[in-house]
Amino acid sequence: MKQIKHLLLFSSLLIFLSGCSALPVLDPKGPVADAQKDLIVWSISLMLIVVAVVFGLFAFIITKYRERPGHDSHEPDEMEGNKWLEIIWTVIPIIIVILLAVPTVKTIYELEEAPESSKDKEPLIIHATSANWKWFFSYPEQEIETVNYLHIPEDRPILFKLSSADSMAALWIPRLGGQEYNMAGMLTEIYLQADEPGVYQGRNANFTGEGFTKQQFKVYAESPEKFQNWVNKTQNEAPALTQNKYDELLLPGHVPRQTYSSTHLQWVNHAKNAEYAIKARERQGYNPEEAESH
Amino acid sequence: MSHDEAIDPNQPLEFQTEKSRLNILGFWIFLGAEIALFGTLFATYFVLTGRLADGPGPSELFELRGVLIETFILLTSSFTCGIAIHEMRRGSRKGLMIWFILTMLLGLGFLYFEIEEFIHYIHEGASLQTSAFWSAFFTLLGTHGAHVSLGIGWMTMILIQLARNGLNSTTARKAFIISLYWHFLDVVWIFIFTGVYLLGMVM
Amino acid sequence: MQLDEFFVTGDPLIYGADVSIILSLIGIIFVLTKYKKWKWLWNEWLTTVDHKKLGVMYIISAVLMLFRGGVDAMLMRAQLTLPNNEFLDSSHYNEIFTTHGTIMIIFMAMPFLIGLMNVVVPLQIGARDVAYPFLNAVSFWTFFMGAMLFNISFIIGGSPSAGWTSYVPMAGNELSPGPGQNYYLLGLQVAGIGTLLTGINFLVTILKMRAPGMTLMRMPMFTWSSAITCVLIIFAFPVLTVALALMTLDRIFGAHFFTLMDGGMPMLWANLFWIWGHPEVYIVILPAFGIFSEVISTFSRKNLFGYKAMVYSMVVIALLSFIVWVHHFFTMGADASVNSFFSLTTMAIAIPTGVKIFNWLLTLYKGRIKINTAMLWSLAFIPNFVIGGVTGVMLAMAAADYQYHNTYFLVAHFHYVLISGTVYACFAGLYYWYPKVFGHKLNETLGKISFWIFVIGFNVCFFPMYFLGFAGMPRRVHTYAEDTGWFELNAVASVGGVLMAIGFVIIVYNIYYSIRYAERVKTGDPWDGRTLEWSTPAPVPYYNFAKIPDVHGLDPYWQIKKEGKQELDIEEERLEQIHMPDNSGVPVIMSVLLFIAGFGLVFEWMWMAIAATIGVIVTMIMRSFDPDEGHHVEVEEIKEIERNVRRKED
Repeated sequence: MKQIKHLLLFSSLLIFLSGCSALPVLDPKGPVADAQKDLIVWSISLMLIVVAVVFGLFAFIITKYRERPGHDSHEPDEMEGNKWLEIIWTVIPIIIVILLAVPTVKTIYELEEAPESSKDKEPLIIHATSANWKWFFSYPEQEIETVNYLHIPEDRPILFKLSSADSMAALWIPRLGGQEYNMAGMLTEIYLQADEPGVYQGRNANFTGEGFTKQQFKVYAESPEKFQNWVNKTQNEAPALTQNKYDELLLPGHVPRQTYSSTHLQWVNHAKNAEYAIKARERQGYNPEEAESH
Repeated sequence: MSHDEAIDPNQPLEFQTEKSRLNILGFWIFLGAEIALFGTLFATYFVLTGRLADGPGPSELFELRGVLIETFILLTSSFTCGIAIHEMRRGSRKGLMIWFILTMLLGLGFLYFEIEEFIHYIHEGASLQTSAFWSAFFTLLGTHGAHVSLGIGWMTMILIQLARNGLNSTTARKAFIISLYWHFLDVVWIFIFTGVYLLGMVM
Repeated sequence: MQLDEFFVTGDPLIYGADVSIILSLIGIIFVLTKYKKWKWLWNEWLTTVDHKKLGVMYIISAVLMLFRGGVDAMLMRAQLTLPNNEFLDSSHYNEIFTTHGTIMIIFMAMPFLIGLMNVVVPLQIGARDVAYPFLNAVSFWTFFMGAMLFNISFIIGGSPSAGWTSYVPMAGNELSPGPGQNYYLLGLQVAGIGTLLTGINFLVTILKMRAPGMTLMRMPMFTWSSAITCVLIIFAFPVLTVALALMTLDRIFGAHFFTLMDGGMPMLWANLFWIWGHPEVYIVILPAFGIFSEVISTFSRKNLFGYKAMVYSMVVIALLSFIVWVHHFFTMGADASVNSFFSLTTMAIAIPTGVKIFNWLLTLYKGRIKINTAMLWSLAFIPNFVIGGVTGVMLAMAAADYQYHNTYFLVAHFHYVLISGTVYACFAGLYYWYPKVFGHKLNETLGKISFWIFVIGFNVCFFPMYFLGFAGMPRRVHTYAEDTGWFELNAVASVGGVLMAIGFVIIVYNIYYSIRYAERVKTGDPWDGRTLEWSTPAPVPYYNFAKIPDVHGLDPYWQIKKEGKQELDIEEERLEQIHMPDNSGVPVIMSVLLFIAGFGLVFEWMWMAIAATIGVIVTMIMRSFDPDEGHHVEVEEIKEIERNVRRKED
């Protein structure tokens, strides 16, 4: 029977919820993802009640009133409707919606700001810029830039300033929190934070064409000391990023991880200049039409 | 029922058959869709206002004189179109046709000034390709202008039919529907005049 | 342009498709010529303005498109079954999911439902045709030619690959040059004309052509849902028309609406697209609600519980559908207040929808529930749609949506609502109204087998995708690494996909089987129906009703039967001649010209586009001069037709 199958599926959902390390969204490693997980679990529980009620009624009604020997001759009475019943099942969904809406709105506003737990700490600012099909992470205060990976200190809010050189992308690190779009000529912001050291998978979640699948990066969350060491080392050892090199990197395609001791923000902020990448490609004689037809 | 041509003589000529009544109602609903269409174009235009790239701005190029002439011509054409329908109600085919021809001529006059205005802008370096703002401007105005051109062509067809078949419930219905269309374009123009030109000149 | 750029080359799958297309074309031409059917095809089908025949053509086209979209789906499942699979490369995969989404929504779901509306609505309201039969033919042919234009992209020029949402700047000329995206724009534009005309046509039909006594609040629920759908179409489709036109101007004429260069605003596209796109979702779900209401009521042998609440809830859903579009991009960085507002409006939709679910349950309650294939599809809808609905509420919570957005959780959600809502309804409607049109039922055994295989397959395919979402799998990735842990769930989903394909094949086979072997139904009322369409003989005479019935309440035919009145007996002496519209070849010619104009624009061959557009204008002028007075069916002919169909019933 279908109902039994659904029951099984939903009990498997419960099992999943209890041990969900395989599900990054439900296994948060930071306060942002944590708040979102709380919201998700709360909504799942409420929704399971709704599902249980409807499935129960449904199973009861179709077993009891199915046409079968002994229940196949009478003519059912017509029912026009019932004011009280209809009021009840209008009011109950309203209550459920309110129960969901209040924490939702609360969380939406919370996520606009740095997490409560680390309010006293100065957020680290990182510009995350997407270009087909790679990620640039610029640390303006530290004057360093990385490609396709980044280091962050734990227990400190990170303020990501997002933009894109071309296609609309979305920065997503599931274990640290939900995504936000990167758009050319636009600045969007998102706070994320890691509560424990570790390597987290990050990626572009918004389709950007041919190289979208591989537009991924790794996040290395580490203690503040280790992070500072990495910053110092990068500042001292990595080469500076030149505009020529940067323009070359902007050509569509994949590039390996890279590290620089200066940022591209000195000559372009894509949040304010949507045209830069197209012009840079033109300067280098790149022709999208030829690229298209291989 | 449906496609009966039962004549109801108590109604105005254009409403006398069931088919006419259906077509006129359908056209009103079509105008509802047209409102959604122009509404979207207006919204686009306002969203893209100020996105000039390196091109000129509206206040540099808009000239009140030409726009006032266009507005005056188009408003007058709506008036003549109204008289045409009035003549039709009186049963005067000749009156209807004369006022329709006048309406068409005014429509052509409007198009003449509008095209001249466009050519002037393009000459000054503001075309569809210049910037987001001018793309939106030319698309909004161009859509309206294309509607006017279509209306003129359509009115020509109806005039030919009036000349050939005389004034009957079919031609009356067609004349009535094009008059609705023509008035609608006038209303759209009033929004263009205030929303695009007047606002553009102050900004 | 080189020939090898014009035709898509180098892919064995596409060569296979080329060959099968050419073979089936040759086959069709051969059969038509051999059996001298060209004239029949032209007179009976290509030029018809009969709403029933147009409806049948809509449904056949929709089933073909379901096949095409389904093949796309199977290719995607094949690619995703194993990690690091290299069956399809990313550009090929991107084309496939783009055409899958576009075809399923625009060229499958909508035409299937519009086809059912065509067949059923005039019959349900006691009318002899729609308000504008000629326009109805224009609607069908523009849809059909739009669909063909979109579909040839995969053998000529290359398919669009920017997703069915076609977000810019990726879909713009700067990043996706070439004909692919142009096909999307022009194919949808041509088909959109037809949809808008359908909206106007059916709204006027429903408002003005109801049988005497059928007040608005006595209309069958499917008619109500169609009327509300029409209103949505009328106000939503112009937005799509504009959005597509603006992107066309960008791509072909160098405008700057959505470009990166010269001040264009990519976000504007997302807004316009979803201002149309969200109502569009309800355009394909409201008629489905209508179908389920009819089927559930008929086979419970009870009237619909809470009729008024059902109507009002649809009105509320339709109104809300215009103020929720931002929930498709909560992650675009809008203010907390904006996201909160759109979260609330979206969640609010759960309230009228919940009301509907309970009303359906109460319609079943204390009924005498007859389980047949049409009813099975309608019953399965309730639990499956509830799953889709509650996950929709979860997605509406903006703060949580940051985690769901762009993932398989979303993919699972919209397949749960669109398949268990729209597709189940299409199948329920197909089984339910099929005998009305063709005079025989579809086989029940095959029907039930296909139902169970499809529904089990559907749940096996899409339920795991919710977990893939939690596992962090984004939609539209063409492959994944082994260490992601996504393999098992993907493999399960693929098994479900195969089951759905088998279910679909059995449904199609059932049509063939039933045409060959099914018994003719004895009456026009094989299900003991409640609404007026069942009062007509099956198959329905082309003028529908020899005599227009009088309506005295809800479920008029049920009332007539219960009162034992043979009201619909034809009193021959009281028959009058019937006025019917004439066939016309203009719609199909006009649509072919629109196809050519669109094709010219796709490749930026302006001479072709301009010539064909002039041709379209000429057909419109021809139409304007066509007196189109229709013809009369004489009383003798009606008598004879009616005697024939009634004799069969005895």
